[in-house]
Amino acid sequence: MSDAGQGVAASPRDPVREKVRELVPGIERLSLTYGAMDDFNSETDSDYTSYWRDWFISSRGNEYFCEIDEEYLTDRFNLTGLNTEVQYYQYALDLVTDVFDFDCDDDMREQIEKSARHLYGLVHARYIVTTRGLAKMLEKFKKSDFGKCPRVMCDSQPLLPMGQSDMANSSPVKLYCARCEDLYNPKSSRHAIIDGAYFGTSFHNILFQVYPIMLPPKTQRRYEPRVFGFKVHSAAALARWQADEREKLKDRLRGARIESGFEEDEAEAEEEDDDEEMEGDGFEGATVQQ
Amino acid sequence: MSSSSQVTESWISSFCGLLGHEYFAEVSEDFIEDDFNLTGLQSQVPMYKEALEMILDVEPEDDDDEEEEEEEDEEDDEILGDERPTAYRRASDRRHLRIASDLSVIESSAELLYGLIHQRYITSRPGIQQMAEKYELQHFGTCPRVHCNSTKVLPVGLKDSPGHETVKLFCPSCLDVYTPPNSRFQTVDGAFFGTTFPSLFFMTFTDLDIGSGIRNNPSSTAQALLQIQTETTKGTSTTPANVTSINGVAPHNLAPGIGAGNIYGPRIYGFRVSERAKSGPRMKWLRMKPADVTELDETRRYWENPPDDADRPHDDDLNMVDVAEGKSVDSRKKISARRKRTNGSGNGGGSPMDTNGVGAAG
Repeated sequence: MSDAGQGVAASPRDPVREKVRELVPGIERLSLTYGAMDDFNSETDSDYTSYWRDWFISSRGNEYFCEIDEEYLTDRFNLTGLNTEVQYYQYALDLVTDVFDFDCDDDMREQIEKSARHLYGLVHARYIVTTRGLAKMLEKFKKSDFGKCPRVMCDSQPLLPMGQSDMANSSPVKLYCARCEDLYNPKSSRHAIIDGAYFGTSFHNILFQVYPIMLPPKTQRRYEPRVFGFKVHSAAALARWQADEREKLKDRLRGARIESGFEEDEAEAEEEDDDEEMEGDGFEGATVQQ
Repeated sequence: MSSSSQVTESWISSFCGLLGHEYFAEVSEDFIEDDFNLTGLQSQVPMYKEALEMILDVEPEDDDDEEEEEEEDEEDDEILGDERPTAYRRASDRRHLRIASDLSVIESSAELLYGLIHQRYITSRPGIQQMAEKYELQHFGTCPRVHCNSTKVLPVGLKDSPGHETVKLFCPSCLDVYTPPNSRFQTVDGAFFGTTFPSLFFMTFTDLDIGSGIRNNPSSTAQALLQIQTETTKGTSTTPANVTSINGVAPHNLAPGIGAGNIYGPRIYGFRVSERAKSGPRMKWLRMKPADVTELDETRRYWENPPDDADRPHDDDLNMVDVAEGKSVDSRKKISARRKRTNGSGNGGGSPMDTNGVGAAG
């Protein structure tokens, strides 16, 4: 997680900037930079500073977001329907695209800020399933910007953000592990409050359809609850039943001549394990105690 | 001979108070002073004697004869009462005289020794009770898996010998292990908790309702909605209502976080991704559970189609499912064929495999 945002978190409301803006309307359009803005110039892909968006994606808690292209944001087609979802839509859009030029009191400004964040999130959900958006999110995925799977058997597989619903305000963002194909809650509470709709239910699946090479091999290794080296019966019986289901799946895939994607040479290893483990490290617990 | 002074904190409580040591229980001095509980540790821990003294905040007298005497006095009782080995006396005031380098070696030995004693202590009756209190207070955190809905977890080691793996967390709801969310626990050895503890814990406290959070406490409206949806579509469970135990576990406590309705199915724009797709689902088995848990009664299923040459065991020995007496018996053959037996009824010839009621005393 980057901490880069800490220093500039309050910048857009900075009084000097407000004053300058008052005196010279549209100053950002003239690509004038001052102070902290210098740092951001290199990162933007548009020909002038995307001040609000830079601030947004680099502020603490927003590490999951990628930067939306200027061209994408300014194409009205991409924003279809959002004007009914977002309050003060036009002002919010102006703020996001750095052409905000409206004198208002602090309360109003606060409202518009909130709307702008909401708007950015909703556009983000659409943007990340485009070719450019997918590529940006893939880079973040490769850097494990979204964290790693907490499941021990997944060996720190990088995660992807996802929503359980495409409707705003229905559930916070979750993280998807492609190795165990399960959903996890973000570790940090500052991520747990992000709306899941800003990522959507489809994005992570589309990413793997577009980049199948990024699919991790599935593992059959699993945790076996044991007491003094002996498997716990109820858990072991369930695990055997699940293994049967897995073999059925493999048979179905074999029948359809499709690769199952499971890690190799585990199948044989596991069969042997069942008996030999008892003599081997299965009893480790017991022997250590003697 | 009073145990520990009021002014200075004991080594044990200061160790448990360290950052990252939140999972540890405070092992009672009685437990440590019983040599039986320390059997075999001497060979695993360098500077064993000094380490033990450090843990107990005592220092030996100069002569070493008392070792033999103690061994004779040794009893197999788990708890010796407040009888302290006579050779030890308080010495925190003398400890600073030791050479510094020596001290740091002893300090790390003491931590290792304490961890290994801790592994044994938390499977003992007072220890598991102490851990139960910590569990109730959610000291070990909750499962990160979304469908486990913040089920409380327990610390576990993947190995019983130290130096292999750091501590992990076991979730009874999905029967899986997770890395603790905070990196400060990545310095804690898993062997200090051991492989046995969490499973033994849930076998001991069979009355705990593991799945209560999953059933009654949906943390958000979306999850509530999701639950309503899944419950109506899947018909949750077809387990006969009168089954009170399967393979030694109550059906509602058998991995409540998995099974139909708690499995993530990938979708794109609302359409399910086929399992034949390259990126299609392959791991659902890991979170599956039969709708009727009596399917997991393997012994019964095996003997329903017995091999020709086998001797069928006595009915009692097949009893891995417990059925509540008095309730209407399910019409299906599988169930009605079963001999009913109430939980823990005193029929002396109980199956040796029957683990039901094991935890009743604990």
